[in-house]
Amino acid sequence: MGKGKYFILCKFDLVFIFASFERQRMTFDEIKAHLRGKTVGIAGCGGLGSNCAVALARVGVGTLVLADYDVIIISNLNRQYFFLDQVGMLKTEALEINIGRINPDVKVILHNVMLTPENIPAIFKDCDVIIEAFDLADQKQMLIETVLSVFQEKYLVLGLGMAGWGLSNELMVRASDKMYICGDGVSEISSDHPPLAPRVGIVANQQANVALEILLK
Amino acid sequence: MKVLLNNRVEEIEREEISVSELLSLKNYTFKLLIVKINGHLVKRDEYGGTFIHEGDDVMVLHLISGG
Repeated sequence: MGKGKYFILCKFDLVFIFASFERQRMTFDEIKAHLRGKTVGIAGCGGLGSNCAVALARVGVGTLVLADYDVIIISNLNRQYFFLDQVGMLKTEALEINIGRINPDVKVILHNVMLTPENIPAIFKDCDVIIEAFDLADQKQMLIETVLSVFQEKYLVLGLGMAGWGLSNELMVRASDKMYICGDGVSEISSDHPPLAPRVGIVANQQANVALEILLK
Repeated sequence: MKVLLNNRVEEIEREEISVSELLSLKNYTFKLLIVKINGHLVKRDEYGGTFIHEGDDVMVLHLISGG
């Protein structure tokens, strides 16, 4: 009797577990068909932006709007999706080439400008999701304030807190209305606490994962 | 009054409080913040003139560099 009860409990547990994972399922062809008509904006093509853009390109997001004014320097290569022979190139242009080598079906729109409250509305107006992928806190604030003011209906995915190494389980995703916050929220970069490929890559891919969750809804 | 601050209930001994006062009361010393009340953005230059009331849902996010 006791044994039977235990078995039933186990069975209920399994049913519950399966139910909680039984969300959307699609084949990769269905996913690609769904994503083909979608547009994601990437504000900043550094550690977060370059890795997030590549992840979204691999799964087949139709259009990526890439904005950055910076050129690649050698110290970027510890985390950004660029190659040694691309040092000196504009990040947007190098990223377009790298995306093209992975998935040439992705339409890439480049904006080689510094983003400001004045140009953000026009640059990202057609995006379903905007990825905040800046380095500096004051730029993050400018982008978030601008997006929340002019695009209340758009989804915004932030990267916040990813310096150093280890502590993988501190990197998480929190939601506040249509704004999602990826990262640990506390690890700020400094000379002895640099951003490095593993944690920056985790957060960049969390951002891509949130974007997918939104786009495939 | 009771308000929700970053999903935690906070008791504040006031009828209403400005965003600036709340930030200093709760020792938010970071200069770069995003503040939302009931889902609506409060911009930097509006902190002094925007008031929080009983039951409001306040989100304060401090921004740090890295990316």
